[in-house]
Amino acid sequence: METTALEIHDLTVAFSRKPVLWNVDAKLPAGKLIGIIGPNGAGKSTLIKAIMGIVPLSSGYVKIFGQELNAVRRRVSYVPQRESVDWDFPVSVMDVTLMGRYAHVGMFKKLRKADYDIAYDALRKMGMEAFANRQIAQLSGGQQQRTFLARALAQQADLYLMDEPFAGVDAATEKAVITLLREMTEQGKTVIVVHHNLQSAAQYFDCLLLLNTRLIACGPVADVFTPENLQDTYGGKLTLLTDVANLMRKENYPVREAQLQKE
Amino acid sequence: MQLTYEDITILATGSLIAWSCALLGSFLMLRRMALAGDAIAHAVLPGIVIAFLLSGTRSSPVMIAGAATLGLITTFAIETLQKKARLQADASIGLTFTFLFAVGVILLSMLAGKVDLDQDCVLYGELSYVPLDVWITSTGTVLGPRALFITATLFIVLLTIITITWRPLLITTFDPVYATSIGVNSVFYHYLLMGCVSVTTVVSFELVGAILVVALLIAPAATAYLLTDSFRNLIILACGLGLVAVAGGYFLATAVDASVAGSIATVNGLLFMAAFLFSPRYGLLFRKKRTAIIH
Repeated sequence: METTALEIHDLTVAFSRKPVLWNVDAKLPAGKLIGIIGPNGAGKSTLIKAIMGIVPLSSGYVKIFGQELNAVRRRVSYVPQRESVDWDFPVSVMDVTLMGRYAHVGMFKKLRKADYDIAYDALRKMGMEAFANRQIAQLSGGQQQRTFLARALAQQADLYLMDEPFAGVDAATEKAVITLLREMTEQGKTVIVVHHNLQSAAQYFDCLLLLNTRLIACGPVADVFTPENLQDTYGGKLTLLTDVANLMRKENYPVREAQLQKE
Repeated sequence: MQLTYEDITILATGSLIAWSCALLGSFLMLRRMALAGDAIAHAVLPGIVIAFLLSGTRSSPVMIAGAATLGLITTFAIETLQKKARLQADASIGLTFTFLFAVGVILLSMLAGKVDLDQDCVLYGELSYVPLDVWITSTGTVLGPRALFITATLFIVLLTIITITWRPLLITTFDPVYATSIGVNSVFYHYLLMGCVSVTTVVSFELVGAILVVALLIAPAATAYLLTDSFRNLIILACGLGLVAVAGGYFLATAVDASVAGSIATVNGLLFMAAFLFSPRYGLLFRKKRTAIIH
């Protein structure tokens, strides 16, 4: 079994000459739940879009399970931001979930019963089976996110890249989703999640990638979730830093306590 | 009222155009590109004129090739202005098609008198002439109105293309970023759809005119959107509404002795207003709050 899911080499992405990602170099381990954190505009979404070949790379390359994206595309699933689509679009929850099977079946071959079973199973895992025939226009924010995740599950991938799956969802959905992501990593799947909430980042993830255009740090939470790294990531945003300090004091992480006392 | 052979021919041709437009218009609307359809409907004009100049004939294949080329150039220009000049989508569309249409108008007026094409015909079309232009084989057999054959072929070709590429068209319309992530070439399907719009436009041009093409692309799909939540039903309903508009418009035109194209476009607008007021789900009079169930 592979130990490295994703290798990012000297990755630079620029839009109209303005770099959004600069020289990012990281190796992400397989079978872990990995969070990408950083301030707004840090390039978090762009990083996973670059990995999926959705935005062009200015330089550098990405290897997934040691190979080019095209060679392993069926093993990778991408979950876009929920707001990126029109939820008034006239399709049902099942229609959207079945799109996850297109990745395997192709665009022109008939879907078989097995594909419908897999899609239905994915909906059940997300607690959405009762909504299979509902039009997506009638879903709440949490249900929309569950639908997107069901589509990703139906892809039966080994590596999942999710763009802010916790943004704007209710507490029950957030809990259900994090439990599911844990189960997936226990089964050896690699899950990479763009996350904007520092409060929960340390609890949710095994590893973190701290990003602010450049890579600040990447590694197990205990090693990289430090005040220095967070300050480097979030810069001079004082209120936020105070929050972080409070958070650390409250949570009493032994490592960080020692570091705070040093300061 | 007894339907004559002429009436039936005109209604059939108009309906086939309306169905072709409804098929494409449904996708255009959901892709938020209804105006790109409008742009192409106008911008193909120089293509038609240049194709005529180069070939000297008004035969359909040449015209279609010229228009399709211009349609793709228009699509490309709109995309490029958006991406490279960083103009907004609506500004790029407005800039591109007014320019190309104007070039077409100038070319037309320079050739005035020499060409069997004129501006009125391009803008308003003339559905009533359909029964007069019959297709006669070399042996002298009269097959029937030429336009009826052309529009029927167009509809069958479009229906085939959309049936075959239903899945990629659906996924690139709903979630183009996700489509790219599973390896679907969104750009290809964008150009395929725009190519179909160009061809439809030019075929419909001399029959119903550029303005009615736009009305038939947008209005039935927009009306159907208010009446259903299923994509398949939306397309079927849009075709049905197109048929009602063509038939209603034709009889209205006959009754008040007005332009057929104008009457069809008017009925389209009236149908939309009716749906806007009386749609069981989203109509103004019966509006129910969309029930979102929060867990």
